[in-house]
Amino acid sequence: MKLKTFNIGGIHPPEHKLSASAAIQDAPLPKVAVVPLSQHLGAPAKVKVKRGEMVKVGTLLAKGEAFISANIHSPVSGKVAKIEPRVDSSGFRRESVVIEVQGDEWNEDIDTSNDIIKDIKLEKKDILQRIHDCGIVGLGGATFPSHVKYMIPEGRSVEFLIINGVECEPYITSDDQLMLEKGEEMMVGIRVMMKAAGVEKAIIGVENNKPKAIEHLRKIADQYQGISVEPLKVQYPQGGEKQLIDALIKRQIPAGKLPSDVGCVVNNVGTAFAIYEAVQKNKPLVERIVTVTGKTVKKPSNFKVRLGTPISDLLPLAECDMENTGKVINGGPMMGKALVALNAAVTKGTSAVLLIKKEESKRVTVQNCIRCGKCMSVCPMGLEPYLLSVIARQGENERCETERIMDCIECGSCVYTCPSGRPLLDNIRLGKANTGFMIRTRGRK
Amino acid sequence: MGLLTVSGSPHIHGGLSVKKLMWGVVIAMVPAMLASFYYFGLGAIKVTLVAVLSSVIFEYVITKFIMKEKPNLMDGSAVITGILLAFNVPSNLPIWIIIIGSLVAIGVAKMSFGGLGKNPFNPALVGRVFLLISFPVQMTSWPVVDKIFPMGLDAVTGPTPLAVVKEGIGNGEKMTDIMNQIPDYTQLFLGQSGGSLGEVSALLLLLGGIYMLYRKIITWHIPLSFLAAVVIFSGIFWLYDPNTYVDPIFHLVTGGMMLGVFFMATDMVTSPMTPKGQLVFGAGVGILTIIIRVWGAYPEGVSFAILLMNAVVPHLNNIFKPERFGEEVSHG
Repeated sequence: MKLKTFNIGGIHPPEHKLSASAAIQDAPLPKVAVVPLSQHLGAPAKVKVKRGEMVKVGTLLAKGEAFISANIHSPVSGKVAKIEPRVDSSGFRRESVVIEVQGDEWNEDIDTSNDIIKDIKLEKKDILQRIHDCGIVGLGGATFPSHVKYMIPEGRSVEFLIINGVECEPYITSDDQLMLEKGEEMMVGIRVMMKAAGVEKAIIGVENNKPKAIEHLRKIADQYQGISVEPLKVQYPQGGEKQLIDALIKRQIPAGKLPSDVGCVVNNVGTAFAIYEAVQKNKPLVERIVTVTGKTVKKPSNFKVRLGTPISDLLPLAECDMENTGKVINGGPMMGKALVALNAAVTKGTSAVLLIKKEESKRVTVQNCIRCGKCMSVCPMGLEPYLLSVIARQGENERCETERIMDCIECGSCVYTCPSGRPLLDNIRLGKANTGFMIRTRGRK
Repeated sequence: MGLLTVSGSPHIHGGLSVKKLMWGVVIAMVPAMLASFYYFGLGAIKVTLVAVLSSVIFEYVITKFIMKEKPNLMDGSAVITGILLAFNVPSNLPIWIIIIGSLVAIGVAKMSFGGLGKNPFNPALVGRVFLLISFPVQMTSWPVVDKIFPMGLDAVTGPTPLAVVKEGIGNGEKMTDIMNQIPDYTQLFLGQSGGSLGEVSALLLLLGGIYMLYRKIITWHIPLSFLAAVVIFSGIFWLYDPNTYVDPIFHLVTGGMMLGVFFMATDMVTSPMTPKGQLVFGAGVGILTIIIRVWGAYPEGVSFAILLMNAVVPHLNNIFKPERFGEEVSHG
């Protein structure tokens, strides 16, 4: 059988899933947890605790009051030591709550048992409220607040819930391992999400390089009505929302539109598990699975980590050889961000910590564009990166807009492929920022 | 531990480089080059060496002393230009003319536009056409192929099959009589006809082309539409009047056709970026080639056709955009 995949562009970098089938281990609690108030897409949350206050695991630290924002809960128990800006994983100083950890005391209304609760008691409205209250965001990397996705506009109906188990980034295995170990909970989570979105059908898309996860999910999916598992041909960036919808149901979201415009809601498998815990166990998002991997890592591992744990705490656990490491990345090699400070905290979006060997940490030498067109042929959005790069550099924002620079999903396939090693995406990001500003301020004069 | 690198994503590279692409093209040209040595002997070796060396030296000197940049000779692009220029001239061409050809190709057609990747026209073809116009006698005195390693310098000269046909038709001779004066198609295809170094063996050029397709250095779009346009366009005339117009197969196996199809028209710098643009480009080259061969003053039209279409490339890039994601929404 021919496996499904998306239809435009794409690349296949070496997979390097070094930590595949490494069982999830609990990372120890940090001594001090640093919890940034902006761990999601949208406005930072408003802090609700004071210095010196005692908090438990699950205490609300900050409230997401804006339309696109998310609540943030304490991932540890202890005393709020400081509220001050700290360098986070994006390299910027951001307001953070610093908590001195004491013991591990959880809020009483959180069900911390291991029992799987399959019976979904909450109604649609309450499910949405619970997802909102528990601060659930997309755990695939984009960290979009989940409750917003389920606010489907009046008069529009959604047909499919699409669950993203693609994990197309090389090296990362956190979703793979979660599917293997928490498949049952995930299925309940998916049923909860189906209820929230009002859909009858859910499709879990998993790339074919995770045969164990596919087999496991297929085995248990039979017991859950309306959920199917679809193996996909391995191709990057299939985990992109637009590419995944195209791969699974052959619908392409038009520029500037949302998945709901083609009848879909998309969430990651990690999010499905988080939603299960929030709705069925009343547990806010205080921990996540983080893969620690790379060629200079002796024991590539998958850890369950409390948010706020400094990334530097995780490195010795996986026996990282820092002597030969030239770069540390928060996320995968294609879209992850290079860390500026190793003590930056694990946040809701940290799917992996990737160590790059010294020899591979520098970019290749830049040469003239030889107009080979490879960037264009791999672009999953059907754009012309070589052209966008040039006009972005020249500040031709109007033309950038008509050449659809805002469609760029920053997957990096163009740079990966470019034989001249050109910094296409750097220029395109600049162009996106300038063009986006131009579009937003248009007509304000 | 030392300092860590911080840079924007992506953090890995596929490993493809200009160098790999260019040397891939060189490898693809080796069989045809060896064939030219075999058929034209020392003359071919001399022409190739001079063309390659002078191209590389001109690129180095111009980059270093005029553009004041760091020369990057190992990328192989000057070597390709040199070999292609050699492929486009007869084996008995005087050394000084070859050097002028290299200077025009590298100095004028490539470096004056800013070097690698910035030239609108194929450098080797500009060099060849310049020589053809400036030194028509030397450029069209083709040594006759003698496959037992002749000393190329003293080789007997004779016209190419294309010239024979052109002159024959011009004189009003019958097509069957004309065809008797040239080697049969199998011989032409395998490589036994007078002409430039790179015109001798259609087969080996085809092999090189297939190698480049396999290595994904080129795509099938330009070669296919080029060949299809040649066959269809010349086929129409041939079917209309087989006595005045030569058949499509002849067009395919003679002259610089295979060289043009696989090595000149597909030059990534001077051809369109999108598959659709490439199809139109290839078809344009094919049709222009036949127009020039049939009605033009020159017996061979591939170089002119490619250069003319090179000029249109920016427009083709503007007209034929890639298929954008979400352009058409299909339901179900």
